Amino acid sequence: MIKLKVNRKEYAVDVSPDTPLLWVIRETIGLTGTKFGCGAAQCGACTVHLDGEAVRSCVTAVERAAGREVVTIEGLPDDLGMPLKDAWIAEDVPQCGYCQSGQIMAAAVLLRETTRPTDEDIDDCMTGNICRCGTYPRIRRAIHRAAAALSKGTGK
Amino acid sequence: MSDVVNLSRRGFLKAGALAGGGLVLGVYVPPRATAVDPPAAKPTTYKPNAFLRIGSDDTVTVIVNHSEMGQGIYTGLAMIVAEELDADWRKVRVEAAPADPVYNHTMYGIQLTGGSTSTISEWDRFRKAGATARAMLIAAAAAIWKVAPATCRASEGQVIHQESGLFLSYGELAEPASRLAPVRNVALKDPKTFKLIGKPTRRLDTPEKVNGTAVFGIDVTVPGMLTAVLARPPVFGGKARSVNKAKALAIPGVRHVVETDRGVAVVADGFWPAKKGRAALEIEWDLGPLATLDSHLQREEYIELARTPGAVARKQGDAESALAASARVIEAVYDLPYLAHAPMEPLNCVADVRPDGCDVWTGTQAQTLEHHAAAQAAGLKPEQVKIHTTLLGGGFGRRAALDCHFVREAVLVSKAVKAPVKVIWTREDDIKGGYYRPTAHHVVSAGLSPQGRPTAWKHRIVCQSFLIGTPFEAAIVKNGVDETCVEGAADVPYDVPNILVDWKQAPNGVPVQWLRSVGHTHTAFVVESFLDELAHAARTDPLAYRRELLANHPRHQRVLDLAAREFGWEKPLAPGRGRGLALHQSFGSIVAHAVEVTVSKAGVLAVHRVVCAIDCGPVVNPDSVRAQMEGSIVFGLSTLAHEITFALGRVRQRNFHDYPVLRMNETPAIEVHIVRSTDSMGGVGEPGVPPVAPAVANAIFDLTGKRLRKLPIRALDLKQA
Repeated sequence: MIKLKVNRKEYAVDVSPDTPLLWVIRETIGLTGTKFGCGAAQCGACTVHLDGEAVRSCVTAVERAAGREVVTIEGLPDDLGMPLKDAWIAEDVPQCGYCQSGQIMAAAVLLRETTRPTDEDIDDCMTGNICRCGTYPRIRRAIHRAAAALSKGTGK
Repeated sequence: MSDVVNLSRRGFLKAGALAGGGLVLGVYVPPRATAVDPPAAKPTTYKPNAFLRIGSDDTVTVIVNHSEMGQGIYTGLAMIVAEELDADWRKVRVEAAPADPVYNHTMYGIQLTGGSTSTISEWDRFRKAGATARAMLIAAAAAIWKVAPATCRASEGQVIHQESGLFLSYGELAEPASRLAPVRNVALKDPKTFKLIGKPTRRLDTPEKVNGTAVFGIDVTVPGMLTAVLARPPVFGGKARSVNKAKALAIPGVRHVVETDRGVAVVADGFWPAKKGRAALEIEWDLGPLATLDSHLQREEYIELARTPGAVARKQGDAESALAASARVIEAVYDLPYLAHAPMEPLNCVADVRPDGCDVWTGTQAQTLEHHAAAQAAGLKPEQVKIHTTLLGGGFGRRAALDCHFVREAVLVSKAVKAPVKVIWTREDDIKGGYYRPTAHHVVSAGLSPQGRPTAWKHRIVCQSFLIGTPFEAAIVKNGVDETCVEGAADVPYDVPNILVDWKQAPNGVPVQWLRSVGHTHTAFVVESFLDELAHAARTDPLAYRRELLANHPRHQRVLDLAAREFGWEKPLAPGRGRGLALHQSFGSIVAHAVEVTVSKAGVLAVHRVVCAIDCGPVVNPDSVRAQMEGSIVFGLSTLAHEITFALGRVRQRNFHDYPVLRMNETPAIEVHIVRSTDSMGGVGEPGVPPVAPAVANAIFDLTGKRLRKLPIRALDLKQA
């Protein structure tokens, strides 16, 4: 049994310790907002927060997450989650939508660390997240919008 | 002629489709043309099904028969119904239609999402569904108030009696309306009075796509479900000669190993044990005739094929004689690779085969084909099979598989293990798994007059067909020419007196399929690059050269002019920058892109700006058009960077590290300009892709003088000496 804390809830899971965290989140715990895209840390669709850091859950063995805080799109706290989701809706970002959980989880870490990110900051942080539908220009605008809302305090 | 049937009167309500009563309307429009006879398809018969439900809680549910793969069709078709219904947009919801002949595509005769046709093919039917429901709601209100229907009007989800000030909501009227005979031959709105259609409208599916609750095929879970991955032959056409299952079965969590005609399936409690089990399989393969396939040798073979004439796709005047008589002849050879669609959601399918029925959950673009294929694979009758369409995590044509392989696999495995099974493809399975955009070899030549005007144009295309030998052949293959191989070349719009376009079919083997904009993905690159070559040979500005040759195509000229003006074609560029443009018509729409590039000393290309102009006729949701152009530009730029190649029969690429797609830091500034147009309606999902690659190649020539006639572009090709 491996003890996990996902979205502030405790779980004990009976899986092989080398199982990627992604599949424990999706199949064992049943939270399917975190997506499988490449299995090789190439696309970012599986991005979750591990003790506040953005990690690719498809290459993170579940044993590495034991006893640490895992946050998925479903549990992203409102202080960052609301302004991001509102901005994503205002800019009508998603097309197919499959990569967007990972995009938002990556953007949340960016905004926590950089209150008013520049385009360059966005490139640096978001380049690991692929969107095959090509919503990048809108993701960029949505991040700027969320940052502006946060710094005005209207994102609360 | 179309018929409207009040389904609520046919016991649809009793079936529990609507709690609390309501109005359910089915609008049956016979297909305009039945282009395709799918295997085992019966003649179209009417079945009570609905495009629209109005609940007593005021909710308007639009049942959409086209798959949502990111193109925004759920929102677009709902807007059309809501407009004619005068619905309160805030109360509109969308539901995916089941597989049923009543939902067949009005042009294709089967249920299919593709060809950038969803809006144009449903424009009449969905307007009529909304207008008929509005008329019935008005009739119901008028009957309650005992007034003439003509004295009532509908607005934002209510029927209002002007004189008395009485009003009733659609929810209150749904049940009384459901008891009325349908109103026939309703008048549709004058487009000038549209309130919703034509206005930028936010998508209905965004909220669920930003909080992780949207359900894609890979997210479906069924009680008792197992997960499978397949070991497919390492060479296309190969077969397992012997399988040693022992080591795979020894892995904890692995339940079964099943041999199918698609490969060897490892079925387990979850994805990870299934994948580990697959790695532990010991399989000896018969590799088959493609065991020596090599991309370099294949190109030699295509060059050989191009030496002799092919099936004629277009013949106008006498191109051969005109070429022989020309003052100057320009000839060029272009090569394009196989391409994988690589949708972000890897292919997957859940099948639950039982002795008396089968349910299939998947993100498919081709419900009718999947329906019949699943029935056949399950050994059941089509009426025993249900197809549940989920959201698609990208389609791009990959999820419109003519042989239904990804559904067949799941059905075969579920049947074998007698349990619901989800088959998941890994990214490597997807990249190596075939159904690619065909590789193509083009030879094109033109004769120029002393003034530089083309007098003759001869274009030969060598590529595989994915339609010959399928049920689609009769509809799409004409005089031995697969139209999807020559589209965009045979219909070149430029005014040249003598034109010959022909096609040589390359041998089959590698599975190929349509990829976003299909034949136009390669023909536009060749036509628009070559035209640029002619303009430079004629020492004429590429914009002016195109304009002159489009004198009889004012719609094309308008698009070109809009892109050029917004780009600032007349203004000089900053030093070290190059500019290029390309124009292409496909799927009923015309798109031009003007681009600005730089190339580093090491040969690294950067695209800084893309200005896009589109004429797609009347627009339902301008923001969807913009989104599709943005996405098409990113998709088109990706084709500059990736390719699928073969060595010793094996696909050499594996994942996004060696099949790169465009990323955030490589994405240019994009501007989209939509022509205000009352011309015929075209599509928007695909037409933005074809002109991207040639516009960039033309800009590279403008900057460096290097003409790129082969994709992908390599830094080595652009490196400065």
